[in-house]
Amino acid sequence: MIQKTGHGDMKLTLEVWRQAAPGAPGKFETYEVDANEHMSFLEMLDVLNQQLVERGEEPVVFEHDCREGICGSCNLTIDGKPHGPRERTTVCQLHMREYRSGDRIRIEPWRANAFPIVKDLMVDRSAFDRIQQAGGYVSVNTGAAPDAHAIPVAKQNADMAFDAAQCIGCGACVAACPNASAMLFTSAKVSQFTLLPQGQPERERRVLAMVETMDEEGFGNCSNHYECEAACPKAISVTNIARMNREYARASLKRR
Amino acid sequence: MTIADSPAGSARLDSKVPSGPMSERWSKHKFDLKLVNPANRRKFDVIVVGTGLAGASAAATLAEMGYKVKAFCTHDSPRRAHSIAAQGGINAAKNYKGDGDSVHRLFYDTVKGGDYRSRESNVHRLAEVSVDIIDQCVAQGVPFAREYGGLLDNRSFGGAQVARTFYARGQTGQQLLLGAYGAMNRMIEAGRIEMHTRREMVDLVKVDGIARGIITRNLSNGEYERHSAHTVLLCTGGYGNVFYLSTNAKNSNVTAAWRAHKRGAFMANPCYTQIHPTCIPRSGDYQSKLTLMSESLRNDGRVWVPATKGDQRPAQDIPEAERDYYLERKYPSFGNLVPRDVASRNAKTVCDDGRGVGPTGEAVYLDFGDAIRRDGRAAIEARYGNLFEMYERITGDNPYEVPMRIYPAVHYTMGGLWVDYNLESTVPGLFVLGEANFSDHGANRLGASALMQGLADGYFVIPATIASHLAGRVLEDVNTEHDAFAEAEANARGRAEALMAVNGTRSVDSMHRELGNIVWNYCGMERTAEGLTEGIAKIRDLRAQFWEDVRVLGDPNTVNQDLEKAGRVADFMEFAEVMFHDGLTRDESCGGHFRAEHQTEEGEAKRDDEHFAHAAAWEFQGEGELPVEHREPLSFEEVKLTTRSYK
Repeated sequence: MIQKTGHGDMKLTLEVWRQAAPGAPGKFETYEVDANEHMSFLEMLDVLNQQLVERGEEPVVFEHDCREGICGSCNLTIDGKPHGPRERTTVCQLHMREYRSGDRIRIEPWRANAFPIVKDLMVDRSAFDRIQQAGGYVSVNTGAAPDAHAIPVAKQNADMAFDAAQCIGCGACVAACPNASAMLFTSAKVSQFTLLPQGQPERERRVLAMVETMDEEGFGNCSNHYECEAACPKAISVTNIARMNREYARASLKRR
Repeated sequence: MTIADSPAGSARLDSKVPSGPMSERWSKHKFDLKLVNPANRRKFDVIVVGTGLAGASAAATLAEMGYKVKAFCTHDSPRRAHSIAAQGGINAAKNYKGDGDSVHRLFYDTVKGGDYRSRESNVHRLAEVSVDIIDQCVAQGVPFAREYGGLLDNRSFGGAQVARTFYARGQTGQQLLLGAYGAMNRMIEAGRIEMHTRREMVDLVKVDGIARGIITRNLSNGEYERHSAHTVLLCTGGYGNVFYLSTNAKNSNVTAAWRAHKRGAFMANPCYTQIHPTCIPRSGDYQSKLTLMSESLRNDGRVWVPATKGDQRPAQDIPEAERDYYLERKYPSFGNLVPRDVASRNAKTVCDDGRGVGPTGEAVYLDFGDAIRRDGRAAIEARYGNLFEMYERITGDNPYEVPMRIYPAVHYTMGGLWVDYNLESTVPGLFVLGEANFSDHGANRLGASALMQGLADGYFVIPATIASHLAGRVLEDVNTEHDAFAEAEANARGRAEALMAVNGTRSVDSMHRELGNIVWNYCGMERTAEGLTEGIAKIRDLRAQFWEDVRVLGDPNTVNQDLEKAGRVADFMEFAEVMFHDGLTRDESCGGHFRAEHQTEEGEAKRDDEHFAHAAAWEFQGEGELPVEHREPLSFEEVKLTTRSYK
């Protein structure tokens, strides 16, 4: 039932980062690909990989899973911009109607010391998990919870906590930052719990441990470029960084 | 196979459902179960495969209790499991709205919604623990939507006439999963969960008939690894990607469940698949997945098509009198909130009738015009803003101005590995949780019940029932030097090597797409005996072709996504045949299984309770061999078997 017409067909030239293994030398390879404006960006890469397999060449490795902007797997820097040209959009939600036939597009993985390349466009983001392990939770055993209505939460705070909690852990903030800082990522989780009554008992311990781990993992510092917020597909606000800085200062003083 | 030569109820299927009054069974069962002394729990190793809602909640809770947990996921982080994509909400019988909800009503709605093909005792337990889930998640800091008074907000979902769905904007699955992920992280930090990312389970290891470990392939370097334990929990999700195009994430697969099936775990009701009514329609042959638009949209959106065939006018030019709001017309009491199977089938009917809209004619309108006029754009934006934005990103259309176009798509699979009341499969020591099992949704799942079931199984059921195995059986010491591990590893290696060795001409994706077309055409929204028989022949042909002509390039000892996909597609090719066989054997219509031969005059699913009030569990007999059917009779003591009506 799908209509096949030539409408929206486009020819593109891609420069894709190819790297065989961690630490191996990598370089940009150039490919021509036939696409259509209704495709998603990743569907365009599917077409490229189909062409490569038909030619007997190894397909390009890239991370993807849900393809609806929520799992945080995709991690492509397109023409220098993490997740490409459209704001508040992951690569998987980016569609080719953003491009014109004849365009030349450069595709590379996140670039950050804390995110070593695994192969081609795939990077290792396990440092993010370690930051969360240091304190990104409320310590409550299953079955030990009071009734959900025992503690009312002001709607405004619940909404702000949600806004921070939307982070999908993709790492675009790090890729966009000239210092490869993970402050936006870390502060989003710190903020979520700072804004909720459930987060209060561990408030100081959490922020100190998460910031310490973030530094140990080799992420840089924040110097207020705000590129992170601009690149974030969920528009997580830099006010979370300010909140984390306050929390960190408060916790440091309190601990003394 | 006909009814006459179908086997009778099998002695090997003991559901272990407790006796006594329905509302006391779970409490009684928990009391009757043996316990593992807290000091002894650290002596037990538990393998948890998959870290979605079911796996993450189980791993965290078991570790909190003191068990030694090893968890595995294929992603680079456990946070990326596909539960993350669930949008709409999670049901719980809290009755915070005071609209007459109760554990019994949620139980009743779920049994009825499942078209009387689920196990009553399991569903009742699910409804009971639903309230504890909300408490747990709130305590974890899950930012559910709240009202101005600071209390939790609720909305309605299909198949219910009360508002019992808790939600976090359109990202409920994400927030619940991140809650469970946090709970897991706490236990990883404490050294009580050993987390293995980028690992795919490629075989189950049995020693003396009991599940005692798994073989994994490290997806970063291709190494095969052996892991032993006292028990294995599969929390590996559903098999919707057998259709190729579905709302599932691209890497969701049946491999862990299928390989366990080949080791003796029965596969139950695989023909029960859910086609979700509100998805973004296909736009081209390159399409790689379909995107769901949350069912919550049906709270305010009205579904319609033009009243006359071939009406090509834009939606806004079609006057009110020439629109057919067919769900409101046919089902006045539930209206646009009929259950998913009913809504999907009706969409197919109007499109087959030539009244579908959009360039393909395979779509219906979901119109928010009235809601925006009534409540204002700001109110609609607050409720559904992120969904509208997602729609606009994909289609290029603005749903505030023109109606959305939607069409049904494969979304969830009710079938799965057969489990008893303890969630234990037919392989002792192998437990199956969440979408991967078959137990709670019957032939159709109601909206906002998947998150509820995944978390019920992980947070509250398995922590109690796992003792039936760990305290109930003598478990010899086993390590990975055992021959069974060597055999399983060789088996898994052999399969991957065979795939690399084919070296044919066709890409894995192209063959997966072809399989998906067969499954959608013959085992999709409507099935017939003739079509299913024809489909089986086509699947066999394609499977033979796959093993002759697939092309997997690259190095198996580095990241090799084509090899990963090839292994999964090879399993789907085998699995699809059981699914068709189940659909053919189930010679009735029920829920999502609509056999065209069995329908009422009004085109509704017509059950045959006399012959089919059972779960069909299939036993593997060898590759390419017909599986053997076992039946678990389903008895309905609390909810009377009636014809489902939403009129």
